[in-house]
Amino acid sequence: MENKPAKIAVLSGKGGTGKTLVSVNLAAVAGKSVYIDCDVEEPNGYLFFKPQVTREEDIMVKIPVINEILCNGCRKCVDFCKFNALALIKNKPYVFEEVCHSCGGCMLLCPEKAISEKEKLIGTVQKGVSNHVTVTTGILNTGQASGIPIIKKLLEESLSHEELPTFIDCPPGSACIVMESIKDADYCILVAEPTVFGVHNLNMVYDLVRLFKKPYGVVLNKCLNGKNPAEKFCMDKNIPILGKIPFHTELGTLNSDAKIAARESERFRALFTSLLETVMKEVRHETAVDSER
Amino acid sequence: MKIAIPVNEQSLESNVCPSFGRAPYFLFYDTVTKESYCLDNSAVASQGGAGIRAAQVIADHGVKALLTPRCGENAEKVLRKSEVLAYKSIPGTVQQNIDALIAEQLVLLSDFHPGFHGHGK
Repeated sequence: MENKPAKIAVLSGKGGTGKTLVSVNLAAVAGKSVYIDCDVEEPNGYLFFKPQVTREEDIMVKIPVINEILCNGCRKCVDFCKFNALALIKNKPYVFEEVCHSCGGCMLLCPEKAISEKEKLIGTVQKGVSNHVTVTTGILNTGQASGIPIIKKLLEESLSHEELPTFIDCPPGSACIVMESIKDADYCILVAEPTVFGVHNLNMVYDLVRLFKKPYGVVLNKCLNGKNPAEKFCMDKNIPILGKIPFHTELGTLNSDAKIAARESERFRALFTSLLETVMKEVRHETAVDSER
Repeated sequence: MKIAIPVNEQSLESNVCPSFGRAPYFLFYDTVTKESYCLDNSAVASQGGAGIRAAQVIADHGVKALLTPRCGENAEKVLRKSEVLAYKSIPGTVQQNIDALIAEQLVLLSDFHPGFHGHGK
């Protein structure tokens, strides 16, 4: 069996369930590892790791520019654009920059060579280190519509660390931006809250990981004594439960002070170390099963 | 003058569709000849930019007035630059809305919502 270090994506159907708590703490107990913050609209993993930033790179996308002198209004570009980012107004194409997906198709297609491209800055990728963890953060500039080009860059960067276990902190929800974040993952951890609403959100990402045919398991966060609808959901659907994190004052306090629980408290180091072992066992099992398929 | 209205059914007795970009059909009406015809909205299944595509169709058909309950910012830009006026439709049938426009009882649409794709809030 090949023993390739895994890329593990941590996701949830809504914000605030504990994606960052789980991914940061797993990376912290994993020794030499990589943490990638793909929640580019509001990255917060760096607040815990406080990495020494070693490199920062601007992320640009390409946007078409129309030369109205060369353009003869044939509208081939407008009809071609499946994202509807171009409209023909008074016989000239008009570009909706926020709708453009930077595919470059219109430029290739234009028979009059009237379309060129300009670069547009949409955000940055920051790389740094915190103890044994390489911390990579994607930041989408305020007002920009899509963070997908930043996530592509983050995941491309991670290829240079393929020998290390990698933890991908995903954006919340189950939209395109999450699909992009889990695309290359070997395993998905779904973080769930013990409420009826939590079950609804868990169901969204549960559907997504099955659609992507990714192996998955659930971490039950904020666990209290008494009924846990998310746990019941997992039992009913036969979903592996990887671990439970208690709804605990000490954990909440450490977290709101932007401290990494596993680095501060013996109790939580033990909890996340044991969670990591369970996850890695699952990953190895899934890889073995997959190679038999 | 040519009018366009997003509709749920292909009839003058249809109600106005609450969505512009994602309406199933558009009804076109000529106030001079009193003739009307309907078209499938090709933008209805777009991943994004449905309003832009729908506004393009309206402009391409030489429409001067669009009657709609709501409209997005991007579609508004296409309409404005193409010199199509957007009027706020009233509850009731397509025919009632056409009559109201001719009687100068409709007002221009003044609030345009931001796009939904990727910001579904």
